[in-house]
Amino acid sequence: MAELKGWKDIPIGGLITEPGSSKKFKTGSWRVMRPVYDRSKCIDCMMCWLICPDMAIIQEDGVMKGINYDYCKGCGNCANICPKNALEMKPETDFQD
Amino acid sequence: MVVEQKKLAITGAEAAAYAMRQINPDVVAAYPITPQTPIVEKFAQYVADGLVDTEMIPVESEHSAMSAVVGAAAAGARAMTATSANGLALMHEIVYIAASSRLPIVMPVVNRALSGPINIHCDHSDTMAERDSGWVQLFAENSQEVYDLIFIALKLAENEDVRLPVMVNQDGFIISHGTEIVEVLPDEEIKKFVGEQKIMYSLLDTKNPVTYGPLDLYDYYFEHKRQQVEAMENARKLFPEITKEYEAISGRKYSYVEPYKLDDAEYVMVALGSTNGTIKYVVDKMRQEGKKVGLLKITMYRPFPKEEIQYYLNGRKGVVVLDRSLSFGAEAPLYAEIKSSLYEVAVKPQIGSYVYGLGGRDITPDMIRKAFEDALKGNLVADEQRYLGLRE
Ligand code: SF4
Ligand code: SF4
Repeated sequence: MAELKGWKDIPIGGLITEPGSSKKFKTGSWRVMRPVYDRSKCIDCMMCWLICPDMAIIQEDGVMKGINYDYCKGCGNCANICPKNALEMKPETDFQD
Repeated sequence: MVVEQKKLAITGAEAAAYAMRQINPDVVAAYPITPQTPIVEKFAQYVADGLVDTEMIPVESEHSAMSAVVGAAAAGARAMTATSANGLALMHEIVYIAASSRLPIVMPVVNRALSGPINIHCDHSDTMAERDSGWVQLFAENSQEVYDLIFIALKLAENEDVRLPVMVNQDGFIISHGTEIVEVLPDEEIKKFVGEQKIMYSLLDTKNPVTYGPLDLYDYYFEHKRQQVEAMENARKLFPEITKEYEAISGRKYSYVEPYKLDDAEYVMVALGSTNGTIKYVVDKMRQEGKKVGLLKITMYRPFPKEEIQYYLNGRKGVVVLDRSLSFGAEAPLYAEIKSSLYEVAVKPQIGSYVYGLGGRDITPDMIRKAFEDALKGNLVADEQRYLGLRE
């Protein structure tokens, strides 16, 4: 999360003057459930990539490459749509040390 | 240098339309509502006659009118609309959005009682419901002031440090439909005075793209509200400069408040809108009888001119505040704010609240005199709300 600025240092009216600035907003901090990817079950159908509202599915040339946890907010849409159950939602608490 | 001016016999609504013609806004979106209708009717005539370059959008409701004007202003257009009462209430949601998006929209408002029961006549309940929306609110006493304040409003709204929308209020029917002599400046003088808008954050500027109206949660919303507070302060600071500039060409002086026979006045009435004219008449009469009465007319209601009010009311014997609207279960709006302003003055006057003229009920010189006489008798009670012209 970028450092929060004071009222004198931001554009008026709630305007966003920097295109593409949503990239700076790491929605991954919202996540309570984490999609865990199992490559062995995946058929690269890209349904998860299509449905993900945060563009958090990483793909290269039509090949599924995992999940960007900086932006994955844990909504579970990908796991829900996956025809091969290659994505499993697990509680974030499982990953805390 | 004061410019030679034409005198026209026109109504307040026509004065507003005339001013809008001279501004020649890029976009006007409006929906008819009594008693505002003649403003937009007249303006539509100007459009049909080719006297303005305005894109006129006859929308399906006031909610859409304000939305269209917000969109146009965000694109960098000079955009205007006008409304009254329930029309303003229907705009309410977007009225806040116009202010918080910092769009310099000027809107003549023809004050009419809010329903219900349904009523088309004057009171200030419509504009008072928008009191905290973040708009600058100016009140005209007569058609001349309607005409003048619209230009002052535009210049204030578009200032880089302000960027706030402004409502120019006129009393429904009393001003909007009453014919008076109005002195009008030549078109080219107005063109010079209002100048070109400095376009900021235009949606059409594809080289510098901006997003209007994004989600703004607990991390920044509060900071944006603080900016609006600052913009209001800037409007307050800038107002005298703009009115002075306007005075130089028109010869007509405007300020936050207008003191009338206040120098040695012991008893002062405070009011908004057209009733100030009637109060001046009563003050003149009572002065002839040797009574030390005067008037403090409020022209700028938002930002509220607290310092000027303190300056003019400190040390008076009695202050009578007239309100043309109510706040059910609390003190009437103008009274509450005048009373709160007086908390800090050195010598506090007695103060009394008088509600009058709701739903267009006449306010007569006798009623005003009666309120003054209460003050002269020392019979003002700070915590009592009294009524003028109400049947018991
Ligand atoms: S859980 Fe939601 S946000 Fe995360 S990768 Fe799946 S679809 Fe995208
Ligand atoms: S939806 Fe499932 S199978 Fe299809 S690409 Fe995504 S993880 Fe692989």
